[in-house]
Amino acid sequence: MTSPLWEVFVRSRRGLSHTHVGSLRAPDAHMALRNARDVYTRRQEGTSIWVVPSSQIVASSPQEKDSFFDPAGDKPYRHPTFYDVPEGLTHL
Amino acid sequence: MDRPAPPAQPELEREFSERIAADERIEPRDWMPDGYRATLVRQIAQHAHSEIVGMQPEGNWITRAPSLRRKAILVAKVQDEAGHGLYLYSAAETLGADRSRLLDLLHEGRQKYSTIFNYPATSWADVAAIGWLVDGAAIMNQVPLTRCSYGPYARAMTRVCKEESFHQRQGFEAMSVLAKGTSAQRRMAQDALDRWWWPALMMFGPPDGQSPNSAQSMAWGIKRFSNDELRQRFVDATVPQAEHLGLQIPDPQLHRDGEHYRTGEIDWTEFQEVMRGNGPCNRQRLAARVRAHEDGAWVREAAAAYAEKHPAAA
Repeated sequence: MTSPLWEVFVRSRRGLSHTHVGSLRAPDAHMALRNARDVYTRRQEGTSIWVVPSSQIVASSPQEKDSFFDPAGDKPYRHPTFYDVPEGLTHL
Repeated sequence: MDRPAPPAQPELEREFSERIAADERIEPRDWMPDGYRATLVRQIAQHAHSEIVGMQPEGNWITRAPSLRRKAILVAKVQDEAGHGLYLYSAAETLGADRSRLLDLLHEGRQKYSTIFNYPATSWADVAAIGWLVDGAAIMNQVPLTRCSYGPYARAMTRVCKEESFHQRQGFEAMSVLAKGTSAQRRMAQDALDRWWWPALMMFGPPDGQSPNSAQSMAWGIKRFSNDELRQRFVDATVPQAEHLGLQIPDPQLHRDGEHYRTGEIDWTEFQEVMRGNGPCNRQRLAARVRAHEDGAWVREAAAAYAEKHPAAA
């Protein structure tokens, strides 16, 4: 009898996003949240916790990495450093 | 959407090797050689088992801690060891291992935990010595693991190392109190050092010449320093601390050699015996672990039954 696996995300303080910290086993969401508090925030590392059933995470595949992320590869003009700025001008 | 055909084996191997050579991290869904995966599962499981079995020698002293302050510290430390076990089982699961299966293997004696936890903690000074020496040695081993090539293991080690620095300090502090105390307390402190020194040195594993898997683990970036290198670092760090405490390292051959301290021969037959299950507490430790697991079964069953009855409980 194995409990479902949950992924744990912790917001370390107000103003920052939740960050993945690890996983744990728990029979339900309520227990997962309680366990996450004890396992991942024993030293006040968080002000908010998310737990998500691991089975619900949909991930991109490392093997598709190239074709998946390729479209952004040939678009350097999306970065400000692509453009020449005349010497001496500011506020550009 | 059409998926590209999966890359052929040689290409995957080349990508993996390049990533290791570039000192990049391997992440759970990356392709990895079977041997790399199996080595990591074995090592992480053994590490996790050590954390939870390691709760026993000190847990035994919680009710007899000499003050409320020491008791609160010890409870927090033992709770951390449980937490460290959970970080590590979580890391092992990212490799496809199942933690309840890993626990079964531990309980059946088919996976090991560190030999150090098969020694008894017979006095309060042992709790101090364990924090100072055993956690000190563990930190020496674990700090390089924060740069291990496998991402989830490295990240778990970063958390563990942050938390463990208090473990070592509280032990050293408790040891100093005894070392500066009455003559009976000094004797307790010295006796604990006498019994824990050599087993602590053995925590780094067999000498380099007799450590068959080390070379492969180094090549894979799992291990960063050899057993003997880490052991030497520990000795160099710890001898001055013992001197500061005014305690005697139980090794008549210990001597200064330039920037290093050289120890006498380690009794590796003792290490082998403890590995084989013949240490002072092997049977008790395993029995206590199995008993805790079995005694807790009703709690797991009740939680599962509750979850089934209240599917939306959040």
